[in-house]
Amino acid sequence: MEEVKLMKGNEAFAESVIRSGCDGYFGYPITPQSEVMEYLMKEDPEVKRTGMVVLQAESEVSAINMVYGGAGCGKRVMTSSSSPGISLKQEGISYIAGAELPCLILNVARGGPGLGTIQPSQADYFQSVKGGGHGDYRMIVLAPASVQEMADFVPLGFDLAFKYRIAVLILTDGVIGQMMEKVVLPEPRPRWTEEEIIKNTPWATTGKTADRERNIITSLDLDAAKQEQHNYKLAAKYKLIEENEVRCEEIQCDDAEYVIVAYGSAARICQKVADLARAKGIKLGVLRPVTLFPFPKKEIHALAQRVKGMMSVEYSLGQMIEDVQLAAGGTLEVQFYGRVGGMIPTPEEVLEAVENKMVKL
Amino acid sequence: MIEEIIIAGFGGQGVLSMGKILAYSGVMENKEVSWMPSYGPEMRGGTANVSVIISDERISSPVINRFDTAIILNQQSMDKFENAVKENGVLIYDPNGITRKPERTDIDIYTIEASEYAAKAGMSKVFNMVVLGGYLKVKPLVQPEYVRKGLEKSLPARHHSMIPENEKAIEAGKGLIQLVSKKA
Repeated sequence: MEEVKLMKGNEAFAESVIRSGCDGYFGYPITPQSEVMEYLMKEDPEVKRTGMVVLQAESEVSAINMVYGGAGCGKRVMTSSSSPGISLKQEGISYIAGAELPCLILNVARGGPGLGTIQPSQADYFQSVKGGGHGDYRMIVLAPASVQEMADFVPLGFDLAFKYRIAVLILTDGVIGQMMEKVVLPEPRPRWTEEEIIKNTPWATTGKTADRERNIITSLDLDAAKQEQHNYKLAAKYKLIEENEVRCEEIQCDDAEYVIVAYGSAARICQKVADLARAKGIKLGVLRPVTLFPFPKKEIHALAQRVKGMMSVEYSLGQMIEDVQLAAGGTLEVQFYGRVGGMIPTPEEVLEAVENKMVKL
Repeated sequence: MIEEIIIAGFGGQGVLSMGKILAYSGVMENKEVSWMPSYGPEMRGGTANVSVIISDERISSPVINRFDTAIILNQQSMDKFENAVKENGVLIYDPNGITRKPERTDIDIYTIEASEYAAKAGMSKVFNMVVLGGYLKVKPLVQPEYVRKGLEKSLPARHHSMIPENEKAIEAGKGLIQLVSKKA
């Protein structure tokens, strides 16, 4: 059995990147995710391990465009940042979406808007799932709730990115990034050889041969009719993802009369709330969306038909609640509890909100 | 069994590494653990704290605000965390630098003269292990063999020659801890 290690979320993520056969990391430092690049620089995989390139770009804008370039060549590439830095990357992400390039992006979110704070936040939900950049596009958004998932979602993220030619965003916060927990790291897998890249990414700019048409990586099409067809193609892909890639975890939901919907570290806090509530005789469960896009609409809809109350708990003013309410439909009014600006709700205050907003009604 | 601990003091006292060694000792004994540091601006202001959970079962929330044990190493931390100790809980503090003693009567309060001991013995680097020893005397959560393994895992290989000194400090701490106020 693989050794159990005690690691920070950011470090486990970085180690998993090296083990996932990543070809290149391009980043720019920002709290609370700087350990990702620090770890990669210290490991120096280009020289000492897999040959993977680790590069500190001159800015976030450069970093995301290096990702665009690397991904266009069929390489497994990625970047990481925190909220203000992710905002800077939005133009590049929109271009990546338009050009249908696979890549992995990590956002260890912090309080905003603006430079905000460096403490945990989930206020980037809209930006992540509704398209932070311009144009009709989606990313697959994974929300880890443990250090183990920080490690596991790297190979999963790369696999999904290449399966669908799409950007995969891992959305987390400083709780998961900074905390240490037990982790079993994924088995190392090698980087693709040049031959494997040509075989696995027939769309990439790997050098034109006589037997095929030229591959073009672009997000520009001045012909509106053609652009519309491209948009429909993207829409079909997003629909396929919604049909096939929903992931969620239902915790103590089987007999639940009330349900909290929460993701990431907030879902961990809410698991404790469920334990506290059950000790008081309140049958509370937690539904944790693991993918924020695609959103677990069916699962939430089904729960909404049989529970007495539902509440979205977020470190935001109320963002995911819009999707929860849409999924629930008109059967019940979804309640909300949140803290913002980098503040984290305590299990006791969430329990109080559960009692006041759901149980006593 | 679940033990929720806060360790709080100045940066440089080894608060975070003490928490890490404790957590790694728990890992070595096959327990569930979490280690959550303060990483906000208070870090830049000189104070540091870490909450550690050691449990036989899966840990739900790594973020906690009520503690079974508070280990307090400066006055700011005393002000912040004395009232966060659960009823019937434990508060351990080093009197050095404490101007206002804790007043709770519903918890057990211990002192450990760790900084004085470490300074006199010329072991200021392992001050935090003296404190850890005192804590483990009160709450023997992990066996000494696993603490040793925790040290081996936490310290970089180049510092493994320091392990005996760390173990000596832990032993010293066990003799230094004193119950000063028992819960009513």
